[in-house]
Amino acid sequence: MTTAVAPPIKAKQRPGDRIFSTATVVAGSLILVVLAAVAIFLVAQSLPAFTADESAFKGGITNFWDYVWPLAFGTVWAAALALLMAVPVAIGIALFISHYAPRKLAQSLGYVVDLLAAVPSVVFGLWGITVLAPALQPLYSQLVEWFGWFPLFAGPVSGTGRTILTVAVVLAVMILPIMTALCREVFLQTPRLHEEAALALGATRWEMITMAVLPFGRPGIISAAMLGLGRALGETMAVAMVLSPASVISFALLQSQNPSTIAANIALNFPEAHGVGVNVLIATGLILFLITLAVNMVARFVINRRKAFSGAN
Amino acid sequence: MSTTLTAAPITNSLTAGMLPRRASLWLLLTSFAVTGAFFGVLFAAGITNDFNIVGTVFFGVLLFCLLIWSVSRAVEGSRKAKDRLVTALVALAFTIALLPLISVTFTTIVNGLPRFDMEFFTHSMRNVVGPGGGALHAITGTLLITGAAALISVPIGLLTAIYLVEYGRGSLARGITFFVDVMTGIPSIVAGLFAFALFALITNDPGIRFGIGGAVALSVLMIPVVVRSSEEMLKLVPNELREAAFALGVPKWLTVLKVVLPTSIAGIITGIMLSIARVIGETAPLLIIAGFTSSMNYDLFSERMMTLPVFVYTQYMNQGSDMQAYIDRAWAGALTLILIVALLNIIARLIAKFFTPKIAR
Amino acid sequence: MSKRIEVNDLNVYYSKFLAVEDVTLTIEPRTVTAFIGPSGCGKSTFLRTLNRMHEVIPGARVEGEVLIDGNNLYGPGVDPVLVRRQVGMVFQRPNPFPTMSIGDNVLAGVKLNNTRMSKSDSDDLIERSLRGANLWNEVKDRLNQPGSGLSGGQQQRLCIARAIAVQPDVLLMDEPCSALDPISTLAIEDLIEELKNEYTIVIVTHNMQQASRVSDRTAFFNIAGTGKPGKLIEYNDTTTIFSNPSVQATEDYVSGRFG
Repeated sequence: MTTAVAPPIKAKQRPGDRIFSTATVVAGSLILVVLAAVAIFLVAQSLPAFTADESAFKGGITNFWDYVWPLAFGTVWAAALALLMAVPVAIGIALFISHYAPRKLAQSLGYVVDLLAAVPSVVFGLWGITVLAPALQPLYSQLVEWFGWFPLFAGPVSGTGRTILTVAVVLAVMILPIMTALCREVFLQTPRLHEEAALALGATRWEMITMAVLPFGRPGIISAAMLGLGRALGETMAVAMVLSPASVISFALLQSQNPSTIAANIALNFPEAHGVGVNVLIATGLILFLITLAVNMVARFVINRRKAFSGAN
Repeated sequence: MSTTLTAAPITNSLTAGMLPRRASLWLLLTSFAVTGAFFGVLFAAGITNDFNIVGTVFFGVLLFCLLIWSVSRAVEGSRKAKDRLVTALVALAFTIALLPLISVTFTTIVNGLPRFDMEFFTHSMRNVVGPGGGALHAITGTLLITGAAALISVPIGLLTAIYLVEYGRGSLARGITFFVDVMTGIPSIVAGLFAFALFALITNDPGIRFGIGGAVALSVLMIPVVVRSSEEMLKLVPNELREAAFALGVPKWLTVLKVVLPTSIAGIITGIMLSIARVIGETAPLLIIAGFTSSMNYDLFSERMMTLPVFVYTQYMNQGSDMQAYIDRAWAGALTLILIVALLNIIARLIAKFFTPKIAR
Repeated sequence: MSKRIEVNDLNVYYSKFLAVEDVTLTIEPRTVTAFIGPSGCGKSTFLRTLNRMHEVIPGARVEGEVLIDGNNLYGPGVDPVLVRRQVGMVFQRPNPFPTMSIGDNVLAGVKLNNTRMSKSDSDDLIERSLRGANLWNEVKDRLNQPGSGLSGGQQQRLCIARAIAVQPDVLLMDEPCSALDPISTLAIEDLIEELKNEYTIVIVTHNMQQASRVSDRTAFFNIAGTGKPGKLIEYNDTTTIFSNPSVQATEDYVSGRFG
């Protein structure tokens, strides 16, 4: 038998089909173009900043890197603190919704947590400065009084409560919903058989969770944390409003001298910036973009290495 | 001598060493009673200005964790005690999440209501330095800019989603999927900087501020959300419906337009509404590229344009001599913003609930 | 309205995997032909090549030719969309469009192609098609209600009405009764008997009684093992296949010794 290879069947193209499919390809490619444009335009507008001389900066800073370093530190420090607070709470909430709350209630409870995501960041900023900071200030005074010997809680205490710790609390609240949603999703994907196997061995619910749910969900928790970190790094308004910034590098949580974050610094200074000052701010934005990009890439990598589940929303 | 026959109490060996069913509930109530009494005394003694509800709930739950652990450990053993403790902690985590939500809502309503009046919705801030004035210019700006952003993002996002689900194969589709994920992680302020950098170069105006730039910045944030949610919805359309249409001799593009899209349209609209709700509260990018002003501006393509989030921000950050007037306006703006977002969310859920076609399973 | 189908040396692939090998058969007009065989032997795959539905799956392709009244479906420049208008198909599970009413479902093939139709014409077409599918009396009072409100058997007859509304020459049915209860199955089988007068019908079925009840000719497909291509083993009059098959494998299958 001779196997005559038939030419591949070509479907006749209708104009409607061609126009429509081309439109979808163009739209999809446009996304790639936009992302490339973001990178290119940011780089193009940043270039003058890297070579800027002293006149572009205030307060005896001589070059761009000296300028951006405290900001980058503040960004990472505030986000890390927020993450430290948010992760255990997010895992707890996710477990509560997936394994503890009554089945009928679970969905509406999840919706309640999602409501937090609906609050605009500027409102969180207002809330942080008018409610949270004054509420936490007495606590801060006590902490400094009792634990002042501990470097993180070193005095003198801020009189307004507008410290980096308050910022971190606000950030933690803001990143809770996305982290909770992701953790909940992975916890619910735990194979039922594993859970039942653990329960059949006589495990209590908590033992079942440590034996089956948490090991299964670990990559999901990690990636949720990374995505939350990405959000916290880029959050602008809450930080800009709550923090009283200074150009320092300090780990102290409760003083009135706090390192600012890149995003907040841009928001506070951009309206009045001119000349090369604008380029400097855009360059700091580029640094922020790179940091968040790296964090998100790691998160996506961890997610994709496991199963595909959507991280958006 | 008579033997009295007493019915032996029926005991089930499996219930031995267990706390009674309602024990944890009673312990919780006791804890609240104790902390409530504590803060009540503080209030009565005049040490605190008002009754501390947050403290009562928070320390009550904390006390409960401690109580349930020690009681359960004494009665039921350490394994069970740990289980009870974790249950309490997990519930505590949920309460912690509720506290800021309740607090934010409460303060916004209380502080926002004083200026939540007609004047607020019918006046701009033009020539207003003290009390009075309103956010009409900001509300108009927010609607214009968000509307323009939706006009840009919805076609691009929806078509991309259609490409990914109906056409996309191979490396382009994989690349788009990956970069859409990357785009979801772009910080909002970077999107604002991008729009600024773009238009500053195009118009050669290093101080460019206008509404459409804000719309472009918001689109960068909105497109990936629209793509993701629409993609999910399109994937939910059963393949059988596509095949049914193909078998009737319907071309692919008409199948997508007239069968796939109508079947998933409720979910897609829900996703779009939620994405609008998400970007409508964005402040940072608009602060950068749309700027702020106290006057009305209906023209997206020239001059600064105020938006509601930026209004809240500037009112609070640039307080004039009559501070309270500015703070009140900021809170009223925040309340308006939250109401708009809540409304969008509710409409989105209602659409999803009532217009999703029943797909036979 | 009814046409002859000739298949010559047809090989069907999923990417590199050869799913059906070297099928040659002729289907006469106004007959019912049944494809039987064990699961995975490629009967459904083969059926889908008869109206070019096979290539909807990414990577799927076909070698060889399928002639309908002498016109090769796989000839150069043939539009698969036009092919599918001539060769209708009914699927395993009833799949009415959930966004359309019963009436619109019947008109779907016409309306989705942007053809304009007067109200009286479309009403005629709806009635004619639904009568053709033995469904008219059950649904004539609720044409504006969604099709998903019907029972499974009614939905499947609605899908048949939808398929015959575009006036095809051939009707392919891919296990049309496998998701239905016995009474609905009987209704569909009666319908097939009637439709035979106007259409060439090809039906894939797992149910050998059904094949023997409704079909004039039967084709038996089989595979040598997993990963091997499916082949046409025997093709003959239904009575011959079930009473006096010439191949041992066919006899084993129809007598229930395997599969």
